[in-house]
Amino acid sequence: MAYVAVKGGERAIEAAHAWLAEERRGDPALPELSLAQIEAQLGLAVDRVMAEGACHDRGLAALAIKQARGDLIEAAFLLRAYRTTLPRFGASQPVETGAMRIRRRISATYKELPGGQVLGPTFDYTHRLLDFALAAEGSVPAPAPEAATDSAATPQVTGLLAQEGLMAPELPSEAEPRDLTREPLDFPAERPLRLQALARGDEGFLLSLGYSTQRGYGNAHPFVGEIRMGAVTVEFEPPELGFPIELGEITVTECQMVNQFAGSKKEPPQFTRGYGLVFGQGERKAMAMALVDRALRAAELGEPVEAPAQDQEFVLYHCDNVEATGFVEHLKLPHYVDFQSELEKIRLLRREAIGE
Amino acid sequence: MGVLARADADAIAIRLAEAPALPRHIRLRGPETGLVMARGRQGGDGAPFNLGEMTVTRCSVRLADGAVGHAYVAGRDARQAELAAVLDAALQDPVRRPALLSAVIEPLAEAQAARVTREAAKAAATRVEFFTMATMR
Repeated sequence: MAYVAVKGGERAIEAAHAWLAEERRGDPALPELSLAQIEAQLGLAVDRVMAEGACHDRGLAALAIKQARGDLIEAAFLLRAYRTTLPRFGASQPVETGAMRIRRRISATYKELPGGQVLGPTFDYTHRLLDFALAAEGSVPAPAPEAATDSAATPQVTGLLAQEGLMAPELPSEAEPRDLTREPLDFPAERPLRLQALARGDEGFLLSLGYSTQRGYGNAHPFVGEIRMGAVTVEFEPPELGFPIELGEITVTECQMVNQFAGSKKEPPQFTRGYGLVFGQGERKAMAMALVDRALRAAELGEPVEAPAQDQEFVLYHCDNVEATGFVEHLKLPHYVDFQSELEKIRLLRREAIGE
Repeated sequence: MGVLARADADAIAIRLAEAPALPRHIRLRGPETGLVMARGRQGGDGAPFNLGEMTVTRCSVRLADGAVGHAYVAGRDARQAELAAVLDAALQDPVRRPALLSAVIEPLAEAQAARVTREAAKAAATRVEFFTMATMR
């Protein structure tokens, strides 16, 4: 593929961008959206842009959403572009999701579990009927009820299964993970690298792939061992200090999918896990990520690799919506010379075929 | 430092107004915004992986008395990072420390703890109490 340098069109481009700015603002008689409003009232859009933009900053994500007129893939693209302008100070200590300050925590495998089932601010059990009361502005909802807290720990469900020896344990490791943003993907990609790609992958793509594993393309039998959402403390060790300090808290959503595993020559039958972790409140994404993570472990667990979701190259090369949009949308760029040669070829073939 | 990292610049400044005046400082570095790669662990407890970056602002200062302070705080609030660095330096002075702790750090920590407690109480209200058939009438 080749592109031709094309000159001209500057005036048209300027006019197009001026019109874009006008369309973005919309009717000036209406109040302008503020970033604080986007952050507060479109919070899940902000979370999605942070996750897929792979950069946690609620204010920047809100700005990207405003600039992109609500196009969330464009917004993730803007955030990815911005991050390249900043220096990297280093990497955090791994966040301790077991010590999360829980806002939501549910398990589909145990009804009564230590710490209990905490629904949190969820769409679940809403009736999905349009609420026309929201169309009438100006109402402030009553404060959510509060109840006495208990200080009982909320251990991870996978830990409960691991204690009984029924769950394949994660091997303790402090290995320095490879970083997609610093080196190109190559295959086979080890699990930490795959998880990085999935964490920044497109929610829609991962949702469809996860769904495909449930429908028989990959033979998954998953249970939601646990979903938890809440604040985790991020610690970082600055080189000049030599000890870790707290940078603050971020909200993350974690999903532990529990899957059957028939066992192999080396391993007894036991449960295995698929893991999802995303910035913000992103339960659908965390669940889809966990399904796809488990599917991608097929090869290491000695299962046949037959379905799209089990194919590392297929999944990892196509899950990034910024890369995908770049390659799909580049088709809009001038291909005049390419096309000219295609035209000549097809005319020649037609002359030969039908004697035009 | 964890308390200052969770407080915005305005909240810190309001508390500082109640504290004895801080000595003058010069900036050694920053405040400057960059990125820290936030990491998770596979399966929640296994090998580390790169989850995604987060914006972090850092600042290093030196007080007139020579004490050096450093701060790294999540986000892009340059004033927060600078105030946190100044406080980091000033808190190393055993003479100033008690007054700063009681005027700045402790009230901020209390406000943060109150927010955490409130949120935990809301979460507790959404905790499911299961009834078994035997006890239902």
